[in-house]
Amino acid sequence: MSELDTIGFGLVIIAAAVGGAAFLTWFERRLLGVWQDRYGPNRLGPFGVLQVLADMIKLLTKHDWVPPFADRAVFIFAPTAIVVAMLLGFAVVPFGPELYILDLNIGLLFFLGMTSLAVYSVLLGGLASNNKYALLGGLRSAAQMVSYEVFMGLSLMGVVMLTGSFSLRAIVEAQRDLWFCIPQFLGLFTFLIAGIAESHRLPFDLPEAEHELTAGFHTEYGGMKFAMFMLGEYLGLLLISCMIATLFFGGWLGPWLPPVVWFGLKVFILICFFILLRAAIPRPRYDQLMALGWKVMLPLTLLNLLLTGAIALLMEGA
Amino acid sequence: MQQAQAMSTNPTVDDLFSRFGAPAFVPQPTPDLTPTLWVDANQILDVLAHLKPRFPMLLDLFGMDERLREHKPAGAADFTVIYHLLNIADREEIRLKVAVSSDDPCVPSAVRIWPNANWYEREAWDMYGITFSGHPNLRRILLPPTWEGHALRKDHPARATEMEPFSLDAQKQDAEQEALRFKPEEWGMARATADTEFMFLNLGPNHPSVHGVFRIALQLDGEVVVDAVPDIGYHHRGAEKMAERQTWHSFIPYTDRIDYLGGVMNNLAYVMAVETLADIKVPDRAKVIRIMLAEFFRISSHLVFYGTFAQDVGQMSPVFYMFADRERLFGIIEAITGGRMHPAWFRIGGVAQDLPRGWDRLVREFIDSMPARLDHYQVMAMDNSILKQRTVDIGSYSTKEALEWGITGPSLRATGMDFDLRRDRPYGGYDQFEFEVPLGHKGDSYDRAVVRVEEIRQSLRIIRQCLDNMPEGPYKSEHRLTTPPPKEGTLQNIETLIHHFLNVSWGPVIPVGEASFPIEATKGINNYHLVSDGGTTSYRTRIRTPSFPALQQIPLISRGLMIPDLIAIIASIDFVMADVDR
Repeated sequence: MSELDTIGFGLVIIAAAVGGAAFLTWFERRLLGVWQDRYGPNRLGPFGVLQVLADMIKLLTKHDWVPPFADRAVFIFAPTAIVVAMLLGFAVVPFGPELYILDLNIGLLFFLGMTSLAVYSVLLGGLASNNKYALLGGLRSAAQMVSYEVFMGLSLMGVVMLTGSFSLRAIVEAQRDLWFCIPQFLGLFTFLIAGIAESHRLPFDLPEAEHELTAGFHTEYGGMKFAMFMLGEYLGLLLISCMIATLFFGGWLGPWLPPVVWFGLKVFILICFFILLRAAIPRPRYDQLMALGWKVMLPLTLLNLLLTGAIALLMEGA
Repeated sequence: MQQAQAMSTNPTVDDLFSRFGAPAFVPQPTPDLTPTLWVDANQILDVLAHLKPRFPMLLDLFGMDERLREHKPAGAADFTVIYHLLNIADREEIRLKVAVSSDDPCVPSAVRIWPNANWYEREAWDMYGITFSGHPNLRRILLPPTWEGHALRKDHPARATEMEPFSLDAQKQDAEQEALRFKPEEWGMARATADTEFMFLNLGPNHPSVHGVFRIALQLDGEVVVDAVPDIGYHHRGAEKMAERQTWHSFIPYTDRIDYLGGVMNNLAYVMAVETLADIKVPDRAKVIRIMLAEFFRISSHLVFYGTFAQDVGQMSPVFYMFADRERLFGIIEAITGGRMHPAWFRIGGVAQDLPRGWDRLVREFIDSMPARLDHYQVMAMDNSILKQRTVDIGSYSTKEALEWGITGPSLRATGMDFDLRRDRPYGGYDQFEFEVPLGHKGDSYDRAVVRVEEIRQSLRIIRQCLDNMPEGPYKSEHRLTTPPPKEGTLQNIETLIHHFLNVSWGPVIPVGEASFPIEATKGINNYHLVSDGGTTSYRTRIRTPSFPALQQIPLISRGLMIPDLIAIIASIDFVMADVDR
């Protein structure tokens, strides 16, 4: 692709990702509604889909307020950071064999780096608010990040071992015969958990934890800045789903349908799964979550790494 | 006379007489046959300490202003402090009264005998200005700290129109603001120890998980709760004061709003006490209708508990299912009473109307469908391992602690205490029903939920028995104080017409006396202590609610735990603030 095309395609992807995230806010509410024996937003436009627009108008026209006791610069920077980091993460996602912005040879590392950066947003937002609930939310977020970042990266190393590359396109190509969700089911499991933790969604929404910390790290946020946090969360959900589809479910691979449709379909199913998780599971206590991370998930990840390494060596020998 | 006999043969009273000498007491006959003794203020602590082994629970402690009474009982002075004790093992109650003069209204504090006397005494001070010597923290509890006067005294205005016009100038506003400033020392908390500086978190009065307007000041070390001090009074509406202005009949709708999830269950406690005063016998059909409606509201209240319990530990969906069930249940309530949450449908001497045609079909549909749904919720919520992790062994207390703190109802049964007024001291016809009393054993948050969930099933069982055995007959009593009085015959017979006219326009005149009637309400023992001075309104209405002592106990069970645990505890004790503050 020429440079101009890349930029153009990049813009398309940004628009699609932001649009998709906005659509997700409606879709999630609707789906939760169905599962919870109620309607959800169904009034505006067909099936209530224009609710997204109404919400956007509402949030955009709200008073853009910074609390006088907050650290102004950081307070404004925090919600931007999460959106930027998440959007950059989309740069390495291969949507089809030729549909991608960048094919970095360290694509996977780039993705991990971007999601890690996003955590700063929550942390800084919590700190800058100068509010006790926000501070507790920020604290939890820091603890959660330390515990879950560790095995998030490690859980993907099995995939890298089997492929022999960090390039996401190469990883998809390597799944022609067998999707990695089968040989790497332990990796998939651990990455899934880490992914939810990373995107701060129930049952891992401890930094927010409405019932404990009112709204956690974004207690002081309103209007567009709050919307940015929400957008960041949904972009995160989208990105994690894209990554799981790419890394474990063969990305764009699939018979009959065009590759990009396959990719979309897989992402869609994963998103529904994430929403179902949110609807079904209660929130563990924060120390229980830490214990799960260090005592269960990390050993599992290491075990997976060990086994994958051993098998890879054996196969090479044979 | 029957009363005097009951008094003289009562073993507890005999025992007291032999221990302290009969002259130390002045017995007062009451229509509810609860032994009532006037005791001197100097002796009250000795008497209470002597009774404690037999009566482990201080059910209620409250004040009363006797100054305007026309029919003062022997022994009364200006103010009275009333202690209501409960002996669970022998289903026995006793009431002790201490008279104090308005010159020096002072009584020794019972906090060292029953810890839950703390809040009750604060309330008596707040409302009547009665001081309790030796009380650790005699501050206002329901009214704001800047309030002038003691609201339940008879000379305190009951309405804003009886007071000077209210204005808030800058100076007053500053003073009010200053009074709100949080000083940890005033709450009994240190700012720091040698090596830790604590963070104070103001949880509430507006917070998603405090179920109303409830405030807890938390002393935190990280996320660990070092101490928690509850602050109540944000929902205080002065229901007890209102009762002194409303007729016996027109107070019924106010009771609905005490435990606002309990609906007619509140009516039941109130009308039973009035009926005891007036000696009204309720016909069988009315009894069964009342039980059916009361159990419906028990289910409704427990469903709200169930849903919010799951929600507060972070499970999003169950609450929607349970509210949907509650909505169907309200459909039935509405078909029968015309109201939903607050039907105000019970009447002195019966209920407002007969059951509508087709009620049985609605009720049957509901009770047939519920068990399967409850099974579903069991899998969804109660069996969930994360929910268990969050609640098992969290906020547990023993039976002994529960009794000392005045905990009643499901929260008491969760500790394994087998006590339910419906079965053990049946009232209003409960003796005719078969049901089990579910018990827990650990007294933790999870057991408190388990007991309530099982109670829903038992209530369904009671309702089915109501459905299958609904007696025919009148839905209200023929008694002349039944309200509203029977309309039949008013156009034939001048006596009936006059009676009807007076009882409707002025309201019934309830005979002089005092009575209380503890019932097993949705959240524990609800008790209306009514004093009639022979008028169309109550002279004193005391509402003992189960939620009040439950909140007082929160610090005890939450110290050393984390904020999420505190939320789980709050979710598990099932209170509503309207029931606490009244």
